Amino acid sequence: MATTDHLLSSVEVARFVAHGYHRMDAVVPAELNEEAIEVFDAGVPVVYRGEPVAKVFEEGSFTRRLLDVPAVAGALRSLVGPDPLVDHQALHVRSPHEGAAQALHGDAIIDTRPDAFDVQLMYYPHEVTGTMGGTLSVPGSHLRRTNESDTGRYQNLRGQTRLTCPAGTVVLLHHGIWHGGRRNDSDRRRYMYKIRFNPTVPQVRLWDTADLHDPRVAEELSVYFPWCEHATGRLEIYNRIKLWRAMTGDAAFDIDLWATRVANRPGRAA
Amino acid sequence: MKQQVLVLYLNTSGLDSEVLAWSFYDGTGKTNPTTGDSDLPPYDTGTEALRDGWRLFQASQLLPPYPGHEYDTSFLKHEFWFEKLE
Repeated sequence: MATTDHLLSSVEVARFVAHGYHRMDAVVPAELNEEAIEVFDAGVPVVYRGEPVAKVFEEGSFTRRLLDVPAVAGALRSLVGPDPLVDHQALHVRSPHEGAAQALHGDAIIDTRPDAFDVQLMYYPHEVTGTMGGTLSVPGSHLRRTNESDTGRYQNLRGQTRLTCPAGTVVLLHHGIWHGGRRNDSDRRRYMYKIRFNPTVPQVRLWDTADLHDPRVAEELSVYFPWCEHATGRLEIYNRIKLWRAMTGDAAFDIDLWATRVANRPGRAA
Repeated sequence: MKQQVLVLYLNTSGLDSEVLAWSFYDGTGKTNPTTGDSDLPPYDTGTEALRDGWRLFQASQLLPPYPGHEYDTSFLKHEFWFEKLE
């Protein structure tokens, strides 16, 4: 990943912290999208590596050029920093009229890290229409402590996102977000290429922090999602405050005193 | 006699609160519900389902948080199971 341009802003990263994803529509050039289908049809093995990008993907390879798209490189660097490790890659293909949707799940296993997270890149080389079964995801679900497909009981949630997008769209997801591939009711094959990245540096102020004190940061972190109980939504804001403190190094950051009030013990040690 | 099961996830522990999430399992085989197949819930509240003939057979208990995990979030909290028999 060659560039440090196109870094995300603080408002955009706060939105990622609240929603659990950063979406970039049609950022990959058409010629790379066309090449992608050929590469994918030739086969993409599922590979678990835990090694740097340069060691996993050859210079000039399709994946290296995908990761060098400026918007992709800048957003990845903003979230996982320079020189992340490639955790694994996988190609998900949904055949026409494939009959089953994936159960709603989080990838890997339950993950309790309070100050670090992995990012999963999802790349869609072609347009995804409503009937093609684009990825279902639940905005704001990534900080919930659930294990893999234990959420499979949940079929539909208010505010869920059934992805439709133009060709060349890339979505960067927090590792914990609830998601699943939907049933493909169309006549077209659907492709989604996924790469998981592990950070190798503390994820602290890795983005363009010029707007760190923009009031829209707190607004983004305060969002309520329609699938979430109102009472639990307050806990979600509390947990986002904790994560934002870790990501900014600002231990005093707060919104409407949510974290300050419950830590206030006059005359006693914290 | 075959069972249809509707699971509603509500905003509070009250059965008359708003539906936030929902699942449907159809033992009659007439429909084939799956993950992510609708954006609007079948009812706005739990009591609306009762009025439409659904029989409640299980509701989430109100459990205090585990000590030390008071701020953790996990599964949806207010789960109500309903059935119809055909």
